[in-house]
Amino acid sequence: MCLAVPGRIALIHRSDSESDARTTATVDFQGSRVQISLELTPDARVEDWVLVHAGFALQVLDEGEARELWEYLQEADVVREIPVFAENPVREESER
Amino acid sequence: MKTFSGLNSERIDALLASIRSVCEGLAEIRLMEVCGTHTVSIFRSGIRSLLPKNVRLISGPGCPVCVTPSGYLDAACNLAGRSGVTVCTYGDMVRVPGTDGSLADHRAQGGDVRVVYSVRDALRYAMDTPDKEVVFLAIGFETTAPATASAILEARRSDVKNFSVLEGHKLVVPAMRTLLSDPSTALDGFICPGHVSVVIGSAAYKPISREYGKPCVVAGFEPIQILACVERLAMQVREGRADVENVYQVAVKEEGNVVAMQRIEEVFQPAAATWRAMGSFPDSGLKLRQSYQEFDAARRFGLKTDGDYEPPACRCGDVIQGKVEPLECALFGKTCTTTHPIGPCMVSSEGTCAAWFKYGSVAR
Ligand code: SF4
Repeated sequence: MCLAVPGRIALIHRSDSESDARTTATVDFQGSRVQISLELTPDARVEDWVLVHAGFALQVLDEGEARELWEYLQEADVVREIPVFAENPVREESER
Repeated sequence: MKTFSGLNSERIDALLASIRSVCEGLAEIRLMEVCGTHTVSIFRSGIRSLLPKNVRLISGPGCPVCVTPSGYLDAACNLAGRSGVTVCTYGDMVRVPGTDGSLADHRAQGGDVRVVYSVRDALRYAMDTPDKEVVFLAIGFETTAPATASAILEARRSDVKNFSVLEGHKLVVPAMRTLLSDPSTALDGFICPGHVSVVIGSAAYKPISREYGKPCVVAGFEPIQILACVERLAMQVREGRADVENVYQVAVKEEGNVVAMQRIEEVFQPAAATWRAMGSFPDSGLKLRQSYQEFDAARRFGLKTDGDYEPPACRCGDVIQGKVEPLECALFGKTCTTTHPIGPCMVSSEGTCAAWFKYGSVAR
């Protein structure tokens, strides 16, 4: 359950409010796009790789490590066990 | 063992050779992987069968579903049975049996149980359906707790009145302490969880190495990481050291994710928590601070979550403490299988019994 998955930030959606807490990003997980929160990694930028868990980026990763991790997850067939990829491979919430 | 294909196989061979030479002549080394994700990776890749005979890997209480007491499930099922209430949960919890069936059973009887990927989905659902009470099952270790905290802060900012959480978060380091204070669990070191450590930081294990004299090494969940971790731990045992090391520095910093820790701190405080079949331990879980208690579902609906009941003969409690291996349970593989699980360790895909059942042939 504590598995986090690497993806690359395609777009950042800044909120109009003063706080970083509502900043979200569209993250590309090798083709599946999911909108996640950037609240916990306020320094993340477009094109950065981030480690994502339950809808939140937890850490910025370097590209080599991120790709290696993704490959392992694919090979070990773990990715499809994560609900967002299993039930809803391409999901993007509407802009709020 | 397809996991060891391609360019990694040389690195793997080198690590295995090094582990063999470090461990030569040593007494049995007992290492616990605290995290369920590690357990799965270890079994899937067959690492156990490749290690020298005197290295034993023991699975610990690192599957959040397995350590959630049945009283918590009963409270969740109670909520699912109420009209006007929607229970939102991570998928792993749906099939775990409580005293009176699982959430899946309650859903089949008409209860509104929704599987969400993120607590954000639960909060959004609450905002979209103001006439419903939406309760999120807040389980998991420090990896998931910041997400819960963030959702509560957002609910406060947006004044969402129909959202609450059933507190069930647990903390990893207090669990390790508990295991070490029990003389019947003999351990020589810990394979520390990767993604929990992304949040809490490798420094969080210093008290374990310092106070208990046990080496702690943080690892990611790729087999190569786990082997590198075993190598470091064996080296420490050989040299009689007990330090915190980190072979997952690409993701885990010494201080962790400071923002995430601040979110937890803001909304929650440590509190006694009941671990399934293990009992209650001080400061091993999180409860909402006074100023956020309006989001406490147990309080809102007058429920208790700490009761605990085990299916007769199920040995999950001993399994998650590394005291027995699943094969020592009389029900294992007979009445208890992944299709008909009896205890949580078999239900959860990260449970130790499920891992043994699925990958049993490479268990030792
Ligand atoms: S095999 Fe089944 S009954 Fe036995 S300890 Fe594991 S989950 Fe419990």
